[in-house]
Amino acid sequence: MTKRLLEVADLTKGFVTRGADGRIAQLKALRGVSFTLDRGETLGIVGESGSGKSTLARSVVRLIEPDGGSIRFDGTDARRLSGRERSQFNRRVQMVFQDPYSSLNPRMTVRAALAEAIGVHRLRPPAAVDGRIAELLDLVQLPQEAAERYPRDFSGGQRQRIGIARALAVEPDCLIADEIVSALDLSIQAQIINLLLELQARLDLAILFISHDLRIVRHISHRVGVMYLGEIVETGGAEQVFADPRHPYTQALIAAAPTLDPGRRGRQEAVHGELPSPIDLPAGCSFASRCVHVMERCLTMPPALLSVDRTRAARCYLTENAAPPALREKSP
Amino acid sequence: MTENLLEVHGLRTEYRSDGRRFTAVDGIDFTVGPGEILGLVGESGSGKSATLRSILGLIKPPGRVEGRILWRGRDIHGLAPSALQRVRGAEIAMIFQDPMTALNPVLTVGQQIRESLAAHTDLSASDRQRRAIELLDLVGIPAAASRLDDYPYQFSGGIRQRAMIAIALAAKPALLLADEPTTALDVTIQDQIIKLIQRLAAELRMSVILVTHDLGVVAESCDRVAVMYAGRIVETAPVATLFRSPRHAYTLGLLQSMPVGRSPRTPLPFIPGAPPRPGDSLNGCAFAARCAFVGDECRHGRPETRHVGLDHMTLCRRAEALPAALEPA
Repeated sequence: MTKRLLEVADLTKGFVTRGADGRIAQLKALRGVSFTLDRGETLGIVGESGSGKSTLARSVVRLIEPDGGSIRFDGTDARRLSGRERSQFNRRVQMVFQDPYSSLNPRMTVRAALAEAIGVHRLRPPAAVDGRIAELLDLVQLPQEAAERYPRDFSGGQRQRIGIARALAVEPDCLIADEIVSALDLSIQAQIINLLLELQARLDLAILFISHDLRIVRHISHRVGVMYLGEIVETGGAEQVFADPRHPYTQALIAAAPTLDPGRRGRQEAVHGELPSPIDLPAGCSFASRCVHVMERCLTMPPALLSVDRTRAARCYLTENAAPPALREKSP
Repeated sequence: MTENLLEVHGLRTEYRSDGRRFTAVDGIDFTVGPGEILGLVGESGSGKSATLRSILGLIKPPGRVEGRILWRGRDIHGLAPSALQRVRGAEIAMIFQDPMTALNPVLTVGQQIRESLAAHTDLSASDRQRRAIELLDLVGIPAAASRLDDYPYQFSGGIRQRAMIAIALAAKPALLLADEPTTALDVTIQDQIIKLIQRLAAELRMSVILVTHDLGVVAESCDRVAVMYAGRIVETAPVATLFRSPRHAYTLGLLQSMPVGRSPRTPLPFIPGAPPRPGDSLNGCAFAARCAFVGDECRHGRPETRHVGLDHMTLCRRAEALPAALEPA
């Protein structure tokens, strides 16, 4: 068994939409996204709205058909699978959603929902299904009585546990987790994060963890990819990227994320301006309009993903020489 | 000592649904001084939004509000609608999480600002136009004059929130109630709006009550903070004090469960269980069932406010059992 599970290269996806002027336009949601994911590894994808992170998640599980690029899963081309192989891929790569309430059937008990998932892929003989359900409830730390109840009987955190149990029911190798703790209160978030860490260690799961919350991504990920306007602008080991960010956007994102330090009250805003329109993309670097280090060539030529060292890369000309000076925290 | 702008005493807010009564706010006291930014922080259902709505008289029957809400020393709770109207909007303004539902979608932003100016000031029509541009400029909307005739849908989420703040500022309120104003925004835009609110509070000497579920937002913007749990304010302190040395087990639990300054990929401390649901009857401390420091005394009787330091109040009867200070993250 090879360690490498998922290999995504140059993924592109555009949507047809209407621009501000009412004319039909193409929104480029993914502009050549590449990453790899190993068994037992968590890759965090962090980005703001419009970064393309949810389109990426949906493309990987093939809920959305990408326009271009390749998805290799366990050595096979996942975009060409059909029939039984496609069904195996669907089983082995499971998506967990932000709002488990909308992805659970309100008329099905937890037992029925889990039994259905197990049954679709005929993973257990009928006599063994109940035992497997008991096992799954244990895995996600829900009491056995939960099996006879309906989604409405549970709190948000418990429902997310059910969502995870259902994903695990089919014995996947890979979880695609799209903002799965974003809707939960802080005290519950920590419980779900701990659960994911524990499940990963027990089941050797590969996890693509997508979130807008840097603090959580930093905590849970081995490696991260920072997305901006449909591209990964920086990638590397989580601790390296967060401790020593090289792309000015990553730096801004980290500076803008609230810490628990009241000493930072006097600092200035981390970055000016807003995201350019994804319909009318700038000719050069997509962050140029907000970047404090912008140079002339940034406006005309988009930088490639340039290596910082063996494991890290950033889509910024400044990485060619040295790191851009860290954003200073000035007092007004 | 400067006089408080707002003093709330024994505020109790109840909703009624299916013939049952739910207590959203369970007898709270707090004050807001001039120019002060007070953070009201808590998880969903803790009563923080209901508190803001009660102050503005937005709770309608069969909902019920009790207690005293002293605005510049005068009790505005139970005022006749016309008298309340002179305070609301003019002296106390509110902004919301979702500007799209608070803004009027069929009026331009300029029209909405001018409308607010007409209602709350004596400015002439031409002065209102000039003032509207100034206000959009003040909240950092680029090319303000050219955006006056735009409709809310033509703005991004961040610009919409700025526009809503501009409308709220039209009457030069002394107090701004901000209900999760950045929750729906991206982190870099959230940061901009928080910095904007801080700047406006300082420049206009305006007080702010900032309701949020994000302790980080509180740490980075507020002067003082009140932590709510199950309808009660469980702890109040200056931010530096609260984040260094929380004196309520719930505050401590919340701070510790933040994934900040922790060893990567290690289990986070967490608060077991879930908050009481609205309508649950509480005997003793509302947090007792989830508390790691719980003692026998916590399970009975309503906890009373204790002073544990300068301007530092807690409802925790076990405050002395908590660690003296948090290790810096």
